[in-house]
Amino acid sequence: MNPHLIGYNDLAVASILVVLNAVLTWVLNLGLSRTILIAGVRSVVQLLLVGLVLKTVFALASPLLIAVVALAMFAMASYEIGSRQERRFAGVWGYGIGAGTTMLATLLVTVFALLGTLRPVPWYAPQVLIPLLGIILGNVMNGVSVSLNALSTAVMRERPGVEARLALGTDRYTALKPLQRSALRSGMIPIINQMSAAGVITLPGMMTGQILAGMDPLEAAKYQILLLFLLSGGAALGALAAVYIAIWRITDERDRLRLDRLVLR
Amino acid sequence: MSRLHLGPIDFSLLPGECVSVAGKSGAGKSVLLRIIADLDPHEGDTLLDGAACSGMPAPKWRRMVTYVAAESGWWDERVAAHFSPATDFAALFPTVGISAEASAWPVARLSTGERQRLALLRALGPENRVLLLDEPTSGLDAENTGLVEALLRGRLSLGTAILLVTHDPEQATRMASRYLEVRGGQLVEETR
Repeated sequence: MNPHLIGYNDLAVASILVVLNAVLTWVLNLGLSRTILIAGVRSVVQLLLVGLVLKTVFALASPLLIAVVALAMFAMASYEIGSRQERRFAGVWGYGIGAGTTMLATLLVTVFALLGTLRPVPWYAPQVLIPLLGIILGNVMNGVSVSLNALSTAVMRERPGVEARLALGTDRYTALKPLQRSALRSGMIPIINQMSAAGVITLPGMMTGQILAGMDPLEAAKYQILLLFLLSGGAALGALAAVYIAIWRITDERDRLRLDRLVLR
Repeated sequence: MSRLHLGPIDFSLLPGECVSVAGKSGAGKSVLLRIIADLDPHEGDTLLDGAACSGMPAPKWRRMVTYVAAESGWWDERVAAHFSPATDFAALFPTVGISAEASAWPVARLSTGERQRLALLRALGPENRVLLLDEPTSGLDAENTGLVEALLRGRLSLGTAILLVTHDPEQATRMASRYLEVRGGQLVEETR
């Protein structure tokens, strides 16, 4: 494949759109122009920086450096999940559940993809491992944080119904089953929609990028399919684990609802 | 038994006996009932015919020692989903002044008072030995209060014990043979 390279002058031309957008909102007094410009500048700085870092990591191909980058990605994802929760578990569980299950699901799916399908040489080749880890991590993170949030919100809202069932002698897992089901559905719907709409309504971002960069469309499609499978597997695994642990934690061994373990942020 | 501001508390209940529990709001009446049903963490233990609550699974205990909250909770949109399909539950609706047709209704169609009465009805099962009732007739008119009290007397005559939280001293007189009050975190026996 011969990648079509673009120069900085091409980016400058494209940036006219952002500037135009800012000017337009300023003229219309929508109070958004500053935000738009800052976001534009952020995207330039962040992406170029990441590009530079990755270029260095790829060139060095040092397992230690790759591990450091992966850990940094996990750390940021963990923080993100924790801060997205409206209600968090008290203590270490607050970050622990989301971060632990996200890492577990991401690692499992990434290793599965590296060893089972993509098989780069060496297996930790950063050109494959880091982008793969990134996209899987992002999706698992979304699935886990949306599911956890949906569960804690539902438990607070449905508390009288759940407690009524417990008081009548229903065990904790049966009493929380409907809430578990809807929380998992919330977390899984985005990736399910993405799979069913792929190619019909939208051309997925990664596939678009590969085609624009000069890849054969059929090859790009195959990559996209592989990726969608990995993402849905990762999101499902992460959300399932997170919701099960959260339900175990939100109740106790005497089948009581323990909302005292949830704290409002 | 004790928890936070409540207790230690020690008392017993005989089969077929109704004991009323009075006390200011916030005194811990509901907490007392919830502890007996093992719905809140607490110290101490409760025994039923010598069998300890802590010695059996909590769901089993709660089918025998059943708590009915002041505010009814519902876990499905349909009324019928809250009753055992093995029983002819709709036939019992008129005993609390509700048409049997209501079994086909959505819960949203029930008034607050109807929900309160159905929540009580749904808690009555063959396994009940003790009923822990938190203001079962608050907000009901005299006629429906009478129906609920008649239903409860029927359970008492079958040997079920009832711990009845009520704000109405007259109801306590009508229903109970002993009167307790939660005062300053302690359970005080009233003599009349």
